[in-house]
Amino acid sequence: MAQDTSNIPFWRDIRVLRVLFQILFLVGVILLAGLLYTNMQRGLKNLNLELSLGFLKNEAGFFISEGIDYDPADTYLKAFWVGVMNTIRVSLIGVVCATLLGLFFGIARLSSNWLVRKIATIYVECFRNIPLLLQILFWYAAILRLPLVEESFSFFDSIYINNRGIYFPSLEPSSGFSTWIAFLCIGFIIAAILYIVRWRQLKQMDIPGFRAKWALPAFVIVAICGWFLTPGKPLTTEIPVLGVFNFSGGVPLTSEFSAVLIGLTAYTGAYIAEIVRSGIQAVSKGQREASRAVGLNGAQTLRLIILPQAVPIIIPPLTSQYLNLVKNSSLAVAMGFPDMFAIGNTILSQTGQSIPVFAMVMVSYLTISLTTSAVMNWYNSWVNRRGQS
Amino acid sequence: MESQEIVQSPKPPRNVHSPREWLRQNLFNTWYNVILTLASLGFILFVFNGILTWAFTEAKWGVIPANLQLILIGSYPRDQIWRVWAVIYLLSALLAMSAGIWGGIVRKFAIILGCVWLLCAILPFQLQLSTRGWFIGILLSIVVFYFLTLNRIEWHRWIVIGWLLSFPITMIVLRGFGESAVLTSNWGGVLLTLILAIVGIFASFPLGVFLALCRQSRLPAIRWISTTYIETVRGVPLITILFMGSVLIPIFMPDISIDQVVRMMIGITFFSAAYMAENVRGGLQAIPRGQHEAAQALGLNYPKTMFFIVLPQALRSVIPAIVGQFISLFKDTSLVSIIGLIDLLGVAKSITANREWLGLQAEVYLFAAVIYFVFSYSMSYISTEVETSLGVGNA
Repeated sequence: MAQDTSNIPFWRDIRVLRVLFQILFLVGVILLAGLLYTNMQRGLKNLNLELSLGFLKNEAGFFISEGIDYDPADTYLKAFWVGVMNTIRVSLIGVVCATLLGLFFGIARLSSNWLVRKIATIYVECFRNIPLLLQILFWYAAILRLPLVEESFSFFDSIYINNRGIYFPSLEPSSGFSTWIAFLCIGFIIAAILYIVRWRQLKQMDIPGFRAKWALPAFVIVAICGWFLTPGKPLTTEIPVLGVFNFSGGVPLTSEFSAVLIGLTAYTGAYIAEIVRSGIQAVSKGQREASRAVGLNGAQTLRLIILPQAVPIIIPPLTSQYLNLVKNSSLAVAMGFPDMFAIGNTILSQTGQSIPVFAMVMVSYLTISLTTSAVMNWYNSWVNRRGQS
Repeated sequence: MESQEIVQSPKPPRNVHSPREWLRQNLFNTWYNVILTLASLGFILFVFNGILTWAFTEAKWGVIPANLQLILIGSYPRDQIWRVWAVIYLLSALLAMSAGIWGGIVRKFAIILGCVWLLCAILPFQLQLSTRGWFIGILLSIVVFYFLTLNRIEWHRWIVIGWLLSFPITMIVLRGFGESAVLTSNWGGVLLTLILAIVGIFASFPLGVFLALCRQSRLPAIRWISTTYIETVRGVPLITILFMGSVLIPIFMPDISIDQVVRMMIGITFFSAAYMAENVRGGLQAIPRGQHEAAQALGLNYPKTMFFIVLPQALRSVIPAIVGQFISLFKDTSLVSIIGLIDLLGVAKSITANREWLGLQAEVYLFAAVIYFVFSYSMSYISTEVETSLGVGNA
């Protein structure tokens, strides 16, 4: 029963309709964009503004409380760059801390100990159900209530905490540093050789094992020997010293930075804990029992059976949590931490160039997000490839 | 052959433990668990000791009752307060009727709400007599409407219509007309937070479903535009979208003046819709191809296939993700306080900035946190109940 397509009118022909529908849709979108564009032209004229990026070369003239080297005489572009670096700094440290905290509580939620399990559940439920902005403001208020600079809490006389922030000691390379680096290189070469030898041996015997079992101790021993053989210490610690007004030296974390960091870490950590828990629980119980039955011990079961199956489940949601953390770092604007968004906002209020500034902020966030996704996708495919080989 | 006797398998051991046995199995079964238990006990004692000492000796809780009205309704004019009561009355009555008709989880929820109102009415707070009167009136209406509609399944269509109408009615009652109209700039506190969240939820859901359908479309132009929108919005923080709503809407629409609250609603809706679309897409992708084909074989066209076959199944399977999105939308409404609206967090900030209550951030923020927690937690609780009643995961 061959169908005669010639007498179908074109308004009932699905192929024509599809193209027609798309054209209509596009025309609608273009009309909307055109309307917005003409409106924008009129709106800008009302505000006496011109759409250009030229203002970025002008002198910023405002002060930025922390970040990379910057002077108020620098350009707006430089000021924005300081903000980008501050966002990246708080996000990177936040990602590391939140992952550690999340891993800890995710595993605690699976503990066989009832009390540990309950504490972890309370942590997760409390921190997930309260807005992050409220948490950050709470931590900021708490930090501002800490003792004054003169009465700082101190730990081991090297870490100081007061209402202006947290001061860590820093490591500074000294004259013997290059000698020690040479020792480290030698250690690395020895470790690499041992790693390959051990790997071949394990492959020959066809048994699972810890490949870095010889390499790791060898590297540590060489590094320690090098430390003592080098004349003088290769690294010296610089302890923050109380000056006239504040501590100097060491690594300072300002109170704004600390509040954002604590808030982001605690909030994202609660989400990561849930991801870790559900990822491990998603590996069926039979897998664990089977691996015990073939004679693997607890650590081997975890490393060879549970984790290879749990990690691919964990990574996609973990990636979106990392992206959320980067985006949430913009809440720092509520306390005046000069991140990318806060500085963009300052530039906006000084120049009135809202559209270019928003474009810059959006492009920067999209770049950071896409980079993070790309790195995590690469890690994901690497894990999956390793699981299959 | 052996005799084919049926071997009676022994009954499983009864799972009744004495408290002592329970302690030994759950807290002290291995040496490291003993250490963990003791360490946790020490941690709990340390934290609770600190918190309780602070809460009962140092904290000045007087700031909460003194500002309770501000926290709940912001700067809503006090002589127009009957509008808020009327809305609560209306919604409670609707809930009671739904509880009578549907029972189940709705009934449970109505009972909890009734208990809350009862507590408010009888507890010895310092309340005006009229306030107590409203509480008792609402409570009575819940009871009356519940028994009036008990098991009247045939009225269920009217209740659905009632819920749909309740939203515009609420807005009209809250705003009012003419000279006594309450401008949205006067809305604040918990009231504003709830309105922002409810508008966001009800507007972003259909928009999100629409975007998800566009992204799954076979027509490339529609798919690309939708994908671009979703990925762009998901790549930037909500606060940028809200600032854009606040700064750019007046530039792009110079002829219409839209007030700040509505601009924030638009921003929240467009932001949340992109996330909603991704959740719904997850559900759409999980529907087997056979469902589409079967619908086509029955002669259903695209809209009918989607609305009667695919979407009901897809949405059911992503209820947890959608509710999770609603909860984060509810929490995200707190960001409007950065733009300058006085929602719950904005009120908390302005109270702590008041000279009279200086230095009481901890008390005020904790109280706000408890309010946020109660709403978010009950949303996730209701979601699990709905999931079990719809049998998600068992199908």
